[in-house]
Order: sequence, then C-alpha cells, then structure tokens
Amino acid sequence: MTDDELIWRIAGGSGDGIDSTSQNFAKALMRSGLDVFTHRHYPSRIRGGHTFVEIRARDENVTSRGDGYNFLLALGDSFARNPTEEAVYGDEEVKPLTENLEDLREGGVIVYDEGLLDSEDVGDLEERAEENDWHVYPLDLRGLAKEHGREVMRNTAGVGATAALIGMDLGHVEDLMSDAMGGEILEQNLEVLHDAHDQVAEMEHTHDLTVPTGSHDEEQVLVSGSHAIAYGAIDAGCRFISGYPMTPWTDAYTIMTQLLPDMGGISEQVEDEIAAAAMAVGASHAGVKAMSGSSGGGFALMSEPLGLAEMTETPLVLLEAQRAGPSTGMPTKPEQADLEHVLYTSQGDSHRVAFGPKDPKECYEQTRTAFEIAYDYQIPVIVLYDQKLSGEYRNVDASFFDREPAPDLGKTLTEDQIPDAPHDPTGKYHRYQHDVEDGVSPRTIPGQSGGRYLASGNEHWPNGHISEDTDNRVAQVERRLQKLEAIRDDLDERDQQTHYGDEDADIGLIAWGSQEGTVEEAVQRLNDDGNSVKALGVSDMMPFPVEEVREFVESVDEAIVVEMSSTKQFRGLMQKEVGDIGDKLSSLLKYNGDPFEPHEVVEAVEIAQAGDGAQPTAQTTLEPAAGD
Amino acid sequence: MSKAFSAIDEDREVDRDEFTPGVEPQPTWCPGCGDFGVLKALKGAMAELGKDPEEILLATGIGCSGKLNSYFDSYGFHTIHGRSLPVARASKLANHDLEVVAAGGDGDGYGIGGNHFMHTARENHDITYIVFNNEVFGLTKGQTSPTSPKGHKSKTQPHGSAKDPIRPLSLSMTSGASYVARTAAVNPNQAKDILVEAIEHDGFAHVDFLTQCPTWNKDAKQYVPYVDVQESDDYDFDVTDRREAQELMTETEEALYEGTVLTGRYYKDEERPSYQAEKQSRGDMPDDPVAEQYFDEEKEWERSFDFVDRHK
Repeated sequence: MTDDELIWRIAGGSGDGIDSTSQNFAKALMRSGLDVFTHRHYPSRIRGGHTFVEIRARDENVTSRGDGYNFLLALGDSFARNPTEEAVYGDEEVKPLTENLEDLREGGVIVYDEGLLDSEDVGDLEERAEENDWHVYPLDLRGLAKEHGREVMRNTAGVGATAALIGMDLGHVEDLMSDAMGGEILEQNLEVLHDAHDQVAEMEHTHDLTVPTGSHDEEQVLVSGSHAIAYGAIDAGCRFISGYPMTPWTDAYTIMTQLLPDMGGISEQVEDEIAAAAMAVGASHAGVKAMSGSSGGGFALMSEPLGLAEMTETPLVLLEAQRAGPSTGMPTKPEQADLEHVLYTSQGDSHRVAFGPKDPKECYEQTRTAFEIAYDYQIPVIVLYDQKLSGEYRNVDASFFDREPAPDLGKTLTEDQIPDAPHDPTGKYHRYQHDVEDGVSPRTIPGQSGGRYLASGNEHWPNGHISEDTDNRVAQVERRLQKLEAIRDDLDERDQQTHYGDEDADIGLIAWGSQEGTVEEAVQRLNDDGNSVKALGVSDMMPFPVEEVREFVESVDEAIVVEMSSTKQFRGLMQKEVGDIGDKLSSLLKYNGDPFEPHEVVEAVEIAQAGDGAQPTAQTTLEPAAGD
Repeated sequence: MSKAFSAIDEDREVDRDEFTPGVEPQPTWCPGCGDFGVLKALKGAMAELGKDPEEILLATGIGCSGKLNSYFDSYGFHTIHGRSLPVARASKLANHDLEVVAAGGDGDGYGIGGNHFMHTARENHDITYIVFNNEVFGLTKGQTSPTSPKGHKSKTQPHGSAKDPIRPLSLSMTSGASYVARTAAVNPNQAKDILVEAIEHDGFAHVDFLTQCPTWNKDAKQYVPYVDVQESDDYDFDVTDRREAQELMTETEEALYEGTVLTGRYYKDEERPSYQAEKQSRGDMPDDPVAEQYFDEEKEWERSFDFVDRHK
C-alpha cells in the first residue's frame, strides 16, 4: 500500500512524556498544513505499563483513527521498579516494540531505542521485518539524550530521528519546543533533536514512507473533546463547576477548573459525586449557570440530585464521560455502554435531555446547546461522551471559536417583571404555573424582591408547596412532559444528526458519539470501492429523533448499528423509540476496550452483504437482525 | 444594595409574622412536637436580625424537619434526604450575600448526609445548620436513628440497637465547624439567642436542636429539666478553647442518655476565616456575588476565543 498518510505511533511506558511529545509532534504536523487525529492508549497506572499515542496525519480531513500504523517510535522501558522488591516484569520491557506489532503496515518504519531495548529479546523481529518489508532503524536514543542533556530527553531524540526519516522540516518542532521551554533545558533539547536528526539523515534509508504535504486555508488549533466541551460551557456563560476526580471526566473538569477562577467563576472539588451534582443544583438555583459531571461510577451517585433537578426544574448540565464498565471496569478504555444508565437512572418518569457528540466540534456545539436547552426549558441536560473523545485531539479552524458568548439565564424574571407575574394573595410567587407556553414557567432567583417560592422535590402546587392533589398532580406531570415535546421541536431546527454517503444506498450504518467518525471513513471507502452505502450519526439521545431515524431505516434494506456495547444498548434505544424496525437492524459490536478501526466496519458491511453468517474479526461481533 | 437582588441588605424593621407564609392552615407536625420550637426560634431570630424573608434561602432535607420551609416564609429549597448541605453551600457560593440556613433531622444530617456534614464543617462555609435531633426517625414511624440510644428497640432494631449513638457535637468540632451549640425546643429563649449568634457567626455554625418527638419517642422525652452550661455554676470552661470544649461535649453527649440535658454554646472560633474568605484570599472566587454577573448588562463576558492561541 502506498501511504498518502502518516500514522506515527510513539510507544513507551506511562510517565515517559508520551503525551506531551505526541502533542507537540501533532501540532508540528498541523502547522505544516496537515489534518491530524490522535488516538491515545494507556493503562490505569501512574508509572510503567505500555502506553502509546498514534498521530494520523494527511492532507484531507481525518475523522478516525487509522487501520494500524506505518511508523513506530519505540522509546521503551521506563517501567517503574522498586529495586528492593522482587517482581515479575515478564515481557513488559520490550512491549513498546512488540505490542500490536502485527498492526504495523507493510513497508512500515521502526525506530527503536537500542540503548534500552535489546532486539535479541524480540526473537523474530528480523524475520518478521523481512516478511513484512519493515524498515528497522536501531538508534541509541538514550545515549544521545545523555550526551547532550538528560536521559528523559530521549523522546526528543526520537522526534529528531523521525523527522530525518520522513523528510520533515524541523522548523515547527523547534518553534514548539521554544514555546514550551527555555534556558538550558531548551538548548539541550535542541542539541538532542539536531544530533539525532543528523545521525539518522546520514544512515542509508531503505523505506519509501515520507511525510505528506498539505495546506490549510486558515489557521488551525489542536483541541481535544474535553477542551471543546469546556470551551462550549464557558461560551455558554457557565461559571460554576463542582466535581470529584474520575477518569476520564477529570480531563474536562480540570480544564474548567483552571480557567474559571480567572473569569469570575468558581470550581469546587467536593466529597463525592452526590455533593457534586447537588452543588451544581444549588448554584444554578441561586442564579449561576452551573455544571457537574463524572464517569459512569460517579454518575451513579448523581441519580438522586439529577431527579431533584428534574422535579424542581432547576437548569443543570452534567457531563458523563463513559469508560468500560461495569463497576470499575477498565478505567482508561472507552465504551458506549452507559447509555441506558444515563437515560433512565433516577426514580419516577424521567424528564431529561441527552446529547452524544461525535468530535471536538460537536462537543463544543452540543455543550453550548446543552446550556441553552437546560436554561430555556429548566431541565437537566447530559452531554454523554467517552474516554476516546475526551482525549482525542483534532485540528479545527481557529475561527470556529470566534463566537459570541451566550450567558442568558433563559426563562428567568428580573425584579422589574416580578410584580406582573402571578402570586398567592400572601405574596408567594407562582414558580410552577400550570398553563404556560411550552410548559416552561419562569424562574425567580433567591434575593429578588417579590419572587419567593418553595422549590421542592415533592410534587407541588404552583407556589411550590407540597401537594398530593390529583388534579394538580396531573397538571404538573403533563406540563413537565410538554417541555420534552417543545425541546424535540427545538432540536429539529438545530438538526444535530449527520448523514453520510449515498442517499439512495440500500445498506445503512447507524452510529452515535465517538464511533461516528470511523463509520464516516468506512462509508467513504466502501463507496470509493464501488459500493453504495450511507450512514446516520445520531446525537440526540433524548428526546430521540424518531422520525429521522425511522425514515433512514425505512429507506434501506438493511441497517447495521455500530456501537461499543455488548448488550446493544443503542440498537435497543432505537427499537424502543422507533418501534417495528427490528427486522432490519443488525449490530456490529466491539467491547474489548479498543475503539473501532475503519477496516473493521468495512469488513462487516462486506460480510453482511455476503450474508454467509461469517464473523469479521476475533474482536468484533456481528449480530443479525432478530425482529422486535 | 444589590441592583439585581434588592431584598438583600435592605435596612428595615422586620416583624416575625412576615415569616408566616399563610399558605397552609397549620403545620402537619404532631401536637407537642419539638419542631414548633425550631420554627418559633428561627422566626424570632430572623426578625431580631432584621432579615428580609427574600434575602434568606432555607434549604431543608427530608423528614418532619424538612417541612420547616413549608411553614417559614422565605426562599426555600426542600431538597432530598441528606443533601440540604451541598445545595445550601453552593447557593452561598453562587451568591454570598444571601443568608443561607440549612436544616434537617438527625438521620438526615448525621446518617445519610454524614459525609456532607463532615465536609461542610471542614470547609467552614458561612451558613447555619440546624439539626432537629429527636433521637429517632419520625416521619417513617419511629425507626432507630444515628442518635438513638444504645439498646433502642424499634421495628428495624427488634433486639435493641447494638450501636453507640453518634456524638454530634464532637463530630462537628472535630470536622471543623467554627460554632457548635446545642439547644432544646423546650427552651425557646435560649434557642432564639443561639440561632441569632449562629446566623451572625462568620463560618459554619452548627446547632444541634433537641426536638422532642411525642409520637415515636415513646419515653416521651421532653428534654426537661435542661441545664444551660453558660448559666450554671457547675460548668466553667472557655468556649474558645478546643480542649475544654471537647471535654464538655463528651460529658454532654453521654449525659443525655442518662437523663441530664445539657445545652448551650460549646465552641466558638472567630479567628478562623470562612471558606469564602479563604477562597477569595487566594484568587479562587470573586469579591462580588457570581450570580450578579448575569444581571449586569454592561458585563463583557470572557470567551474561549480569548485563549485559543495556546492550541495553535
């Protein structure tokens, strides 16, 4: 395969500086005019353990991780050891050079640190290299780093070597290093960079892979899903966040925490997620746009305050960054199996909204929309994403963020408006009026004259006082449900679903959230190869876009639902909401902790078309339609 | 006076009747219930302090005590079991000009909400927390609660509770509360005075309020006779001294189960800055109430485009 793209994998141990090195390298590629996409794989530990980041770069839009990779930089061996304790490290020392080596493409390049990794320990490396036409460049990165500075600078040496091998100009890398460091550290790093580059440049090169070239029409920024969520919240006027650390939600939480105090906002780290969500409710009640969030385990604790927000109609935005469950599951691995948890947790009939964005741009847009809907309709809105999207970096036009802030509190009265609003003869404000447009009764804020009312998690009269009156109960339930209908109409105008491929195709794929970009690429490839396929990416998880999904499913002969869930939660949601479409839906599932690669989706479609009941690969499952 | 919230800091005479909502005919509490004493003391305290009903946010938990804001007219938030404190303290952070009071029962505050109690005390938010302590779960019909005496028999503890009761005063001070007092519904004057002090105190003020339950506490404890440790000659201690306070708290907590009702102020630390002051001093919270920003039409809102340069 002649590669028009670079998929550079930097592998080593946790704590090796893989993250920062890869980010700077991705930025350098972006600055050179390429579109980039990062994929992060790491274990749940502080030191040691195999970790890698892949950067996929090419001249055209990248929406997914790639199939395998074509350049491996194996830094290797930084495994935490306690010399006083005996331990078994097995093959961990050489993992950066051996793990997923089968995914290295034919003609791929390997640079490994021979100062740390002994190729003798990788028994068949030479044989496999020959078989697969891999081009191996051993280099003493550690020695090089030590010669000019410190051992930890071997990742810089690796970048220098990479640049020399793929013909990449060092200018952007140097600029980025100068931005990030200074003084002696910078000088040493630059020496390491250049020495590694020059040494490799002088070696005999046997490979064909070169860095692609490209250009952007305008300046780009490199952002993760978590950044985009935080920025969407800030631009929506959110000035309060409360939380408790949990991977991967911590990413967005810490970004907000570092920004808010400098802009007149507040971030609170609290005792548990019950308090975190309850505090966001309290802050919102008192007139500040507020949010909280967690991952699945912490979100479980938020069930109760979530219900309180629904019943008291307190605007609230929650994030849920999914990871593989159940229970502690796999903390640093993505899954899409908290969908039902988020849609249905908490007692009683739920009144909530949930969005599943697919990429950083949608993370920004849908978080902004989440605040608008939450405050306009006085309802909790949950942004449901996952570990993959949380830490996935992509380039976006810088101008995308050039937007007006929207700090409006929604249907909230000012003191001037309060006297004309309905009150009890005794002066209590009717916060929960029965007959109001779209079911939304305006709020007042504590401290406002003439606006006092009781907010209660109990069923209540218009003035907020507890009531079990049957007529009032029915009126209040129906009014709260009416809001969801109004929200569905509102969302229809916002059009948050995305369609891909040939409109007339007979085969359709349906995905949501972080897997959507991979499905997009698969559709593109299938159609490039002469197939006729289309796809629908769903973002509105509740209220569900029933009509749009029904029309899509009815327009094809077969629809494959692609999701990271072993119990087919998204397919179940579609069947529950749309009904009577089960005969057409089959499932492509993956739940091994690793997101889909495009070729897995392509294969699944090909197999489904062949209809011989074969299974695509050992790590994905194709389940046929089983009716309703 | 705040432009957006004119009820706040309005300087005027307030009559205690202003805190009677006139919405419901009368409280649903049983005749002889100690909760009436809390309501009366709170109305008296707020009137004495000249607080406008609309500058007060009264957040309650669940239980008979949670109905307090049904019968006390102000802004109210009847939350969920055990969660009045996180709602209350966040409201205070959102608008620190509000007078925020949280209230709930002993099961609510010392049981299900125990973690929030510990951490709210630790953080020393400038709010008042009233715990209705009747040594039993009342609204759900008399089950054993965290303050029920050892051996307490109920449908949930048919062989008598094997647990020692919680020590609310000690727990509070150890956790970081900067004002700790115990009063009783049968002692209305002391109760009102203690609530005035608690509300005025700049920090977390915890009042363990003994509220007799004539229905489910079959021994019909009335918490009489009571002793005010400040009034009695038998108790001489320094309310600002942590060690002396601890000694008397221990004695008080044990004496209650032996029939001696000790009440009064136990601990007061006026040196310790409130959470708000701590946060403001380190640039972690603005000087003006955050909630006011949303009503300020002149405000220039920061936006993400201001800092995208770091991503280039």
